Amino acid sequence: MNAKSKTPIAWLQRNLFNTWYNSLWTIVCFALLSWIAYGVGNWAFNKAQWEVVTSNLPLFFVGRYPADQVWRLWLVLVIVVGTIATGILNRKRRFLFILIPVCVLSILWLIGGGFFLTTVGTNLWNGLLLTLLAASISIVLAFPIGILLALGRQSSLPILRGFCTIYVELVRGLPLIGILFMAQVMLPLVLPSQIQLDRVVRAIAGLVLFNAAYLAENVRGGLQSIPRGQVEAAKALGLNTSLSLLLIVLPQALRTSIPAIVGQFISLFKDTSLLSLFALVELTGITRSILAQPEYLGRYAEVYLFIGLIYWVFCYTMSQVSRKLERKSI
Amino acid sequence: MLIAENVHKWYGKFQVLRGVSLTVSPGEVVVIMGPSGSGKSTFIRTFNALEDYQQGRIIIDGTELSADLRNIDTIRQEVGMVFQQFNLFPHLTVLQNVTLAPTYVRKWSKAKAEEVALQLLERVGILEQAQKFPGQLSGGQQQRVAIARALAMQPKIMLFDEPTSALDPEMVREVLDVMRSLAESGMTMIVVTHEVGFAREVADRIILMDEGLLVESASPIEFFQHPKEERTRKFLSQIL
Ligand SMILES: Nc1ncnc2c1ncn2[C@@H]1O[C@H](COP(=O)(O)OP(=O)(O)OP(=O)(O)O)[C@@H](O)[C@H]1O
Ligand SMILES: [Mg+2]
Repeated sequence: MNAKSKTPIAWLQRNLFNTWYNSLWTIVCFALLSWIAYGVGNWAFNKAQWEVVTSNLPLFFVGRYPADQVWRLWLVLVIVVGTIATGILNRKRRFLFILIPVCVLSILWLIGGGFFLTTVGTNLWNGLLLTLLAASISIVLAFPIGILLALGRQSSLPILRGFCTIYVELVRGLPLIGILFMAQVMLPLVLPSQIQLDRVVRAIAGLVLFNAAYLAENVRGGLQSIPRGQVEAAKALGLNTSLSLLLIVLPQALRTSIPAIVGQFISLFKDTSLLSLFALVELTGITRSILAQPEYLGRYAEVYLFIGLIYWVFCYTMSQVSRKLERKSI
Repeated sequence: MLIAENVHKWYGKFQVLRGVSLTVSPGEVVVIMGPSGSGKSTFIRTFNALEDYQQGRIIIDGTELSADLRNIDTIRQEVGMVFQQFNLFPHLTVLQNVTLAPTYVRKWSKAKAEEVALQLLERVGILEQAQKFPGQLSGGQQQRVAIARALAMQPKIMLFDEPTSALDPEMVREVLDVMRSLAESGMTMIVVTHEVGFAREVADRIILMDEGLLVESASPIEFFQHPKEERTRKFLSQIL
């Protein structure tokens, strides 16, 4: 801002009232905004009955997870926050390769039980808990598969390249809901009958199959943006194909495709709401059963606004993290 | 040190190299000149298998280049290359650029690789920039890092493909100075360049390539003062 805009009044004059038609626009927009704000505020503070949300908070977050076992979920939260914090604070990232798998396994054990803990069936994993589990497991699995598919599409082996291309193009031409349906109904038919896949596992399989294809395209975009000279320089130094891929090409390709990749993660997170159509009671699913409680019939606005806020918080956090990561890489 | 015998290469129907032979002895500095499109880059890029060729043989330090990948990787460790466009790795610091290949290919310890890298960076005059990223350096500095990066593998031959062509005129000298001192230290070098001054002063032998053929091979004095071939005279009249 230049010197002219020092005082607030001068700023208002310059930016909002500099011509008669801009003044008119300012007044109209201001009136419209006030009217909307008044309407929303009036509804939120005078008409809305938030009891449906406040009295059902545990249901939103963990659903029917047994109340006496909820301490296990708190422990999971501590582990997750702890891992992220050590990841951020510690400069040496190498030990994360051990830490993360250990964390994932212990988290799944804590939530699911077995081995000295009471077993909690997946039908009791509900609400936000299930949303987060399904989304994070799908992200963790779809990401490497997407990278492999992208590399496969660049491969010089025609069969591999053909398979990856057909897979990606096929999946991208199908709606997610169709793939989720196929994962629920057709996976059990394809697999040998001894293997009984859980509903949740089948849903995650569907999400992974779908998102891996999109991630592959995002990563491929990044791969193509790397100049040929980079690979030539790596070769000239004696790096073999896998080293040059791992040390030179992928780090750069993934960095340039961070915005697209995180965008895909965000869609995936929101798409978990479709699981409610397959009798999985995640955040959207639990909302529907809360709305069926007789005392809260018809409280749609409050409940959907609330879960909308929850979805938004997580998506916004992801996009902020993505922007941090982008900025870090000069 | 390097023997290329009767090398032929086609791009589809277009023949880029039409039987080029060259022998370079240890410590020799050979400058390759020639008009644009004559196949200079293609020729020196066959020495470290960045380009393949359909006929002929190339023997480097007693090992013949073959299509075998392991053979190619070993030869590439002995042949350093500096490109016109520097091709530094932008996501790594200057120091990491230089230590990368020694640690992952030669399997040196981090300490040893860094010690060697810092010595080399001092030798090319950019020790203070070791922790910066390539994007923060000038073109001349980047090209000097690229030279240090290639030297870090302790190659037996260094290839330069127009190392100063992408540089602003005021930065050409700093790069040529580094190359000159490298030549004085006894490195075997093959340099594609249009820098007449450098060729005159540093080269043991100058080669003219045209249309995929080796036209003339002579000492600098003969090359510039008494060229044997008509084609060389014509080329010199264009660049001098
Ligand atoms: N990938 C390719 N496919 C087809 N033709 C090519 C390819 N690369 C190079 N050529 C052709 O081969 C010939 C020799 O190219 P080369 O780059 O070796 O020439 P040069 O002598 O290095 O020229 P310059 O001085 O411009 O760098 C040129 O005519 C060029 O058009
Ligand atoms: Mg060239």
